Amino acid sequence: MNTFLDIVIILSIIILAFSMVGMVYRMVKGPSLHDKIMALDAFGVMLMAMIALIAMTLHTTYLLVVILLIGILAYIATIAFAKYLEKGVIFENDRDHSE
Amino acid sequence: MKMIEIIVSSIIAFFILAGAFFTAVSAIGVIRLPDVYSRMHAASKSSTLGVMMMMIGTFLYFWYMDGYMDSKLFLAILFIFITAPVSAHMLSRSAFHTGVTPYKLTVLNELRRDEMGESDDPDAHPITIKNFKK
Repeated sequence: MNTFLDIVIILSIIILAFSMVGMVYRMVKGPSLHDKIMALDAFGVMLMAMIALIAMTLHTTYLLVVILLIGILAYIATIAFAKYLEKGVIFENDRDHSE
Repeated sequence: MKMIEIIVSSIIAFFILAGAFFTAVSAIGVIRLPDVYSRMHAASKSSTLGVMMMMIGTFLYFWYMDGYMDSKLFLAILFIFITAPVSAHMLSRSAFHTGVTPYKLTVLNELRRDEMGESDDPDAHPITIKNFKK
C-alpha cells in the first residue's frame, strides 16, 4: 500500500536482527551467568519489537497479543533466575528468616 | 499521494526508525561495555526506549492504515515501562550478592558501602574496590 513505509519496516527488521545476533553473542560468551540472563531479557524485549514489525509487514493485528505474552514471560523468567541465583530458592515460605 | 499521507507516513517512519536506532545502540552497548553492571544499564534503558517508540509507531501504523485503535500496544508500553527497571534492578542486585566483581576502574560502590558499613562521612576518600581481578 505504501512503499516508503515498507522500505522503512524492512530496514528496521534488518537492524533489529543484527541487534538480536549481538544479544545471542553475549548469551553464548558472557563471562558470568548474570550476563547471559541479562542478554536473554534484552533478547525478549527485542523479540517484542520484532513481532510488532512482522505484524506490520504481514498486515495483521492478530500478532499483537503475542507481544504482551512474550513480555510477561521474559519478565517472569528474569525474576525467577535472579532470585534463584541470589538465594537458591524462588519462593520463600519462611518470611522472617535472617541470614 | 496526498499531503496528509506523506505527513503521517513520515511520523510513523520516524518512530520506527528511532526505535530501531535505540535498539542498535543497546546492542552495541551490550557487546562493547566491560562489566556486567554497565552492560545491564545499556540493556535495560536503551532497549526499553527503543521498544516503546516502536510500539507507538505500530499503533499509529494500524490506526492510519486500518482505522484500528489497539489498546494492547499501550498495555505493552505500560508493561515494559514498569517491568524493565524492576528486572534490571533485581538482576544487578543478585549479581552483586553472588560476587560478580565490578570493572577494575570502578570508583564508588554504594551498595557495598551501605552493607559493609564502611566510613560514611562524606569527606572521606571515595571507596575503591580493593579486591579486583587483574
